[in-house]
Amino acid sequence: MTELAAGIRERAGIDPDIFVRETPEGEARLDLVVEGMHCAGCLRKVEGALKSLPGVEYARANLSTKRVAVRWQPTKLRADAIIRALADTGFTAVPFDPKLLGTFDENEGRFLLRSLGVAGFASANIMLISVSVWSGLVTDMDETTRSLFHWVSALIALPTVAYAGQPFFRSALKAIRGGRMNMDVPIALAVILATTMSLVQTIVNAHHVYFDASVTLLFFLLIGRYLDVQARAKACSAAENLLGLRATAATLIAPDGSHRSVPVEHLEPGMKVLVASGARIPADGEVTSGVSEIDTSLVTGESMPATVKRGDDVFAGTLNLGAPLTVTVTKRDDDSLLAEIVRLMESAEQGRARYVRIADRAARFYSPAVHLMAAATLILWFSLGAHWETALTNAIAVLIITCPCALGLAVPVVQVVATGRLIRQGVLVKAADGLERLAQVDTIVFDKTGTLTLGEPRLVNGDEIPADALALGAALASSSRHPLSLALADYARSLPAQGAAPAFTDITEVPGMGMEAQLDGRLIRLGNAGFTGAEANTAHGGSEIWLAQEGAAPVCFRFEDTPRPDAKKVIAALKERGFAIELLSGDREPAVRQLADDLGITTWHAAARPDAKIARLEELAKKGHKVAMVGDGLNDAPALRAAHVSLSPADAADASQTAADFIFQGVPLAPIVETVDVARKSRRLVFENFGLALIYNAIAVPLAVAGYVTPLIAAIAMSSSSIIVIVNSLRLNRRKKAQRDAQASAPRHATA
Amino acid sequence: MSILLFLIPAALLLGLLGLAAFMWSLRSGQYDDLEGAAERILFDDEDEPEEDGKN
Repeated sequence: MTELAAGIRERAGIDPDIFVRETPEGEARLDLVVEGMHCAGCLRKVEGALKSLPGVEYARANLSTKRVAVRWQPTKLRADAIIRALADTGFTAVPFDPKLLGTFDENEGRFLLRSLGVAGFASANIMLISVSVWSGLVTDMDETTRSLFHWVSALIALPTVAYAGQPFFRSALKAIRGGRMNMDVPIALAVILATTMSLVQTIVNAHHVYFDASVTLLFFLLIGRYLDVQARAKACSAAENLLGLRATAATLIAPDGSHRSVPVEHLEPGMKVLVASGARIPADGEVTSGVSEIDTSLVTGESMPATVKRGDDVFAGTLNLGAPLTVTVTKRDDDSLLAEIVRLMESAEQGRARYVRIADRAARFYSPAVHLMAAATLILWFSLGAHWETALTNAIAVLIITCPCALGLAVPVVQVVATGRLIRQGVLVKAADGLERLAQVDTIVFDKTGTLTLGEPRLVNGDEIPADALALGAALASSSRHPLSLALADYARSLPAQGAAPAFTDITEVPGMGMEAQLDGRLIRLGNAGFTGAEANTAHGGSEIWLAQEGAAPVCFRFEDTPRPDAKKVIAALKERGFAIELLSGDREPAVRQLADDLGITTWHAAARPDAKIARLEELAKKGHKVAMVGDGLNDAPALRAAHVSLSPADAADASQTAADFIFQGVPLAPIVETVDVARKSRRLVFENFGLALIYNAIAVPLAVAGYVTPLIAAIAMSSSSIIVIVNSLRLNRRKKAQRDAQASAPRHATA
Repeated sequence: MSILLFLIPAALLLGLLGLAAFMWSLRSGQYDDLEGAAERILFDDEDEPEEDGKN
């Protein structure tokens, strides 16, 4: 899991103490995300390592969320010793603050589960009693016994409905207050009316009561609701783990010269921070000392690193590639460039039309129809001269039998199956309605750097370079951590061995320029054009460095940010499915054009700033297109919000991951195709489920209107329609054999 | 039919016992990590999940 590793690197040297909390009993408590923990053995090793530390009172790992909670006596142990102990057993652990991560309401899931337990208990017992009554009706059960059974049912049903019905009542009330209609309105109404009517029937000692119907209805619907919440909670916690790993602390240089780590929020203008090599710059500021190169790709989309020196401005979120820098903070966290992007995101969010979920749209037609039908039944029986009680009973039977049960399950079951299938492919579904929105999309807009490409340079003209120059350049490059040097050294390592390494002396790195060294009395330089005395060539899309040997012409090494290995295939596959593809990048024109040509994308825009990206998306939306945005950079975050639906790779900037509806893990882009397919298939299944519910209603409603529906028939009809809908939804898990094979051969990506 | 006066309360009591057991298991955190619970059965030593209140 490279994204985890990257997060850990970024947090290197950060003091875990700022994440330690004190419990009421005076113990210290730390929550950690542990990488690579996925079996009983790992669980045991992690807990064993922690429990063997002096002072540790409690350590428990959660295998589902990949998190560990530790409590210990703060006098006996320091927090960093805990992380070191885990590192020694081979697990990398990163502290996090559960309060900052806890965007998902865990209590909601707990309450649903409790309600589910109560409804399950009640429906089993009431059904038991009801079956006795139903058989008693055709045999010799006397009136007193039946009445007793009805009263016992009422005794169980009333508290159950009051308790387990709350999730539906609350949601229905909210919808009505907001002047909207959702699926919970007819559900709540059916449950309340059925219960009230049954209570009245029990009091007047009538034949038929519907306590079993109202309670089993709650039971079935709570199952659907709980599964839905569970699937979302899982995706959310995985996404939170990824986000929690990003640097949220900065190394502050105190006036007395000592270093300590503080949360980013505490930085004030004028403070000095140290930015280590390979770390992200925590706040907007001005370089006070040091010369280095800054990777701004996350902020601007520009793929070439920029050189900064004393007096230059740097932005929060950019990555320091070269030597350590001292930066004086000029803006607080909330006026930084990052905060500005967040503001852009918020305004984009307001611009996006509120999407109404399919189930709620169905409810808009369904609920009035059902209620009208019930009212019509009431009036019909009245006008035919029936007793008001009979008329009311039949009207309520219509409400019960129209079965919001199957309709209530139609969407969540599909959602759960789809989310589960995607999680196995390494795709996290963050937004509950994300799949529905994705199914409507006709245009997909990609960002370039880090999305279609890997976001790191590769040597592209290796074949044109003389072998001795390549070996010399690679040997010199291997003592630098600059990304281009790393790429060059990587390339050389992939070639057959070249004999002994040249014996350089006096190797020095000139920040922002390159490397120089002596070899057999000759000066060798590897660096930018100015440094090596060569003529820069900016016509191509990549970056270049030159190798200059005294007395020979400089040799050029060209680097490009290469596309993800399956980018071309994925673009072709998406085009085949009828999507219009666009490339929208903040990078320079040659680089964007070249990639667009390589991948066969005809519509592209280069040098697009965040607001220009939003403008383009709005233009597309105005033309009536539904746009999916795929992007990773901070500069994409507002666009991800503005798009109809958005996807983001797991190594994207935090802001982008927060904005995105889907997060896909791993290097290949293929999960995008899979996600789109699953979304479209889910939509089809949801409509099929509605169709099935409609057919069922077409048969059952006339029976109810005619007054033939007894509680027994209602119970049978309700369970059978629910089962049909569930079975139909499970078809989403079936996949074609070719797909299965493709997946089996693909490397498995851990799902965080 | 007077036997019902014993049987119905007995049936309900058993059901309620089951419900109470479920509520207890939920509160004591046994549903927090279903994947972990499946693996922990392989361990010899006793261990218990964290109580709700101490979170």
